[in-house]
Amino acid sequence: MRGLRIYTLLYLAFLYLPIVLLPIFAFNDSTVIAFPLAGFTTQWFTELADIPALHAAVLTSLKIALVTAAVSTLLGICAARAAARYRFPAKGGIMGLVMLPLVLPEIIVAVSLLVVFLQLGLQLSALTVILGHVLICTPFCIAILNGAFQSLDNALEEAAVDLGETGWGAFRLVILPLVMPGIVASMLIAFTISMDEFIIAFFLSGTEATLPVYLWGQLRFPQRLPAVMALGTILVAASVILLTIAELARRRGVRKRGDTDTGGFL
Amino acid sequence: MTPLISLAGVEKYYGDYHALRDLTLEIGAGEFFSLLGPSGCGKTTLLRTIAGFETPSSGSLRIDGRDMTGVPANRRPTNMVFQSYAIFPHLSVAENVGFGLRRAAGSRAEKMKKVEEALEMVGLSGFGKRAAHALSGGQRQRVALARALILKPKVLLLDEPMSALDKKLREQMQGELRRLQRQVGITFILVTHDQEEALIMSDRIAVMFDGRIAQLDTPQRLYRAPVNRQVAEFIGMMNFLPGELRREDGRFVASIRGLGTIPLPEEQVPTGAGPGPAQFGLRPESLSVVFGSEALPTGCFSDGTVAERAYYGDMTYYDIALSDGAAPITCSMRNLVSRPVLERGTKVRLAWEPGALCIFPG
Amino acid sequence: MAGATQRSEAATGLALVAPPLVYAVALLAVPMAVIVLFSFWTQDYLDLDTTLTLDNYREAWTDPIYRELMARSVYISGVVTLITVVLAFPVAYYISFHVAPERKALWIFLVTIPFWTSYLVRIFLWKVILGFNGVLNTSLIGIGLIDAPLTVILYNLNAVVIALAHAFAPFAILPIFVALERIDRSLLEAARDLGETARSAFVRVTLPLAMPGVVAASLIVFIPTIGDYITPRLVGGPGGLMIANMIQTQFLRLNNAPMGATLAVLAMLIVSGIALLFVLANRRFLKRRG
Repeated sequence: MRGLRIYTLLYLAFLYLPIVLLPIFAFNDSTVIAFPLAGFTTQWFTELADIPALHAAVLTSLKIALVTAAVSTLLGICAARAAARYRFPAKGGIMGLVMLPLVLPEIIVAVSLLVVFLQLGLQLSALTVILGHVLICTPFCIAILNGAFQSLDNALEEAAVDLGETGWGAFRLVILPLVMPGIVASMLIAFTISMDEFIIAFFLSGTEATLPVYLWGQLRFPQRLPAVMALGTILVAASVILLTIAELARRRGVRKRGDTDTGGFL
Repeated sequence: MTPLISLAGVEKYYGDYHALRDLTLEIGAGEFFSLLGPSGCGKTTLLRTIAGFETPSSGSLRIDGRDMTGVPANRRPTNMVFQSYAIFPHLSVAENVGFGLRRAAGSRAEKMKKVEEALEMVGLSGFGKRAAHALSGGQRQRVALARALILKPKVLLLDEPMSALDKKLREQMQGELRRLQRQVGITFILVTHDQEEALIMSDRIAVMFDGRIAQLDTPQRLYRAPVNRQVAEFIGMMNFLPGELRREDGRFVASIRGLGTIPLPEEQVPTGAGPGPAQFGLRPESLSVVFGSEALPTGCFSDGTVAERAYYGDMTYYDIALSDGAAPITCSMRNLVSRPVLERGTKVRLAWEPGALCIFPG
Repeated sequence: MAGATQRSEAATGLALVAPPLVYAVALLAVPMAVIVLFSFWTQDYLDLDTTLTLDNYREAWTDPIYRELMARSVYISGVVTLITVVLAFPVAYYISFHVAPERKALWIFLVTIPFWTSYLVRIFLWKVILGFNGVLNTSLIGIGLIDAPLTVILYNLNAVVIALAHAFAPFAILPIFVALERIDRSLLEAARDLGETARSAFVRVTLPLAMPGVVAASLIVFIPTIGDYITPRLVGGPGGLMIANMIQTQFLRLNNAPMGATLAVLAMLIVSGIALLFVLANRRFLKRRG
């Protein structure tokens, strides 16, 4: 028991090792990413403000991530609601296909979309990245929303109809408020995945580089690395903040329904 | 009785599964009506058909003279108390109770007044601001009742509303529900698998098996004269004794293994029953165990031995083995201070009321 | 209970699931079919030769470069899966069995956080940690454990395995945790009551019941790692490249989409084949739950 606890803490340390090192080097006053540390500086962060290509990449990524979050959550709501509430033919097969990107190597998704888009003569752009990102984010959204929809008692909706509401009224007044925390969590997760995704964006972004694609290009230049560290620190901080909000939203949803908490995402 | 609800030839299929079979039924205004049966007998499907959550495959349903075909659940003059109560967890008690008033006419103040009246009616005055998920089981049921009754439905549908409550609370709520029904004066239709609950609460009971109504009667008739063995087995406890129905000198005579032969009055024999093998039913309370010098009640007698006994506090149930080796007969005795609880092996006499005999031909 | 009628319930369900389904068919099923079709075509300099042929497969099968990359990818994924699942099990076990119920969600949250933070940056940091003048070497030299920097830990298979095992850790912990959570604790008490020691109860009850989670964890680590692109490129060196790097090279550098498609199809077939064998081998554990 004690040994197990120490092991788990060591494992967590291993998990967090890269993330902890990131800010250390981001604030280190040296162009070489190595120990010993040279001194404290915020120079690398201020430098970020003067790179137009970076700003363009951030804007592209934000645009892609926002659209991806909205569309994949909408698709996720449809699928999760259908799976939780209705029986229909080939349900297992249909849900399997929709969830497939969860286990598919992303390189496969990336090259197959690339081939199709090129054959269709579609210009590679932020739009093509969105199409790919929605595909891989939707299964995560479904997984999160499933929890929200599945824990709903069917009788709640029937009770609303019984009390005079239409089907849409029941959905709006009862179902939607109860799954809203799940929707928020789903959008935040999809947003985070899209902001972070590299391979699909690498293949499909064309000239509109996303943030990870921009970062990838910078990794080749040793003199840019401290700035990459600073940027990485900002990204990690932003992800942690978004995820904490998502987790709080999820927990609030659990409390609101009066359920007991059964665990985190997925 | 003016029928408020009438069903004619209602059938319901789920694929190949025949859930309701040719149901024809009338339920009166102001009646407390129960649908009783084991799980899967179709009672909940029937209730949900009346509510509008299920569409009959064929047949017609009229409520208050209006054909309900194509009328969705939200436009029917019925309201429902769900088995899970379906209390909206994101709303307060008052918001739950007032949920159905959203589309009704009237000012906000009038609606709040209605909500407070409804809460008062179910004994929850002052609970309006509470969060719904913080309520106990009994309170949830009261909220569900208030929420359904606030719309003044013609019929209140109750889907196993007591099944989530413990025994003490269930007994208390049964009394309150009966009182509430008399107070508001509308038709209550209760679905239950608990025969005791149905007997206590109902004006009339429909016993259902396999999508059919096996018997529709008042509680007393149902208990005293079940139409077949299935109904008799489902309601209360009954001894089934093999024997023969004979005609001697133009009169019916029952020859029952272990209990002997007795003449039967004509009215006790079910219509259409002829001579032949039959099952005879006797409820445990129609039999008495007579021990030692106790005064003998009138009726028929047989000799036997106490084979097994179960002490219940208010009652003792004895299994009495009869002298001729037939299966033991169960009989119940009220426990009086002056009456000893008999040990196994005690020689006793068994007295029974011939008038209580139920006859199931075949 | 069903809705109004069976037919309308099915119709509503299908109508609702249609948008995500159509999306998946258009952007997943169709592109995959196109990739399969492409793998039977050939690249003739700048033109696509659309005669159906098995030439690409023949080449992929006989050329030692492709064979070695494929074998290495399977080997790396296999080792990563083994290491990740074995290392993750005790963590999942600890959280499920030794953490107070109200704190479990927090622990799982802590485990998942690193997974959601920039993959690219995380893998790059392994390069920083494992490099010649990296964190590990300078630290080890600093405390006098070694005299010269270790070179066996960057730009080779080991580095790829370490970085991937780190990246996929939460993927392994979550399914095992879920499976462990589902185990009725009274089963373990029953085992102890019937004379098992804590250790033998673990082996005879906990482990078999956790197997569905272990199988799921293995698959969910194995399948994506085989197609990983970033890690081999950043920390693998020439000897640590994997099949995804070759697929990318074929598509974007050599402009030989049919060959890239062939490698992608082969990678998918091999992954599915191994996954299927793995599931079959563990069938008896998966069946019991029904």
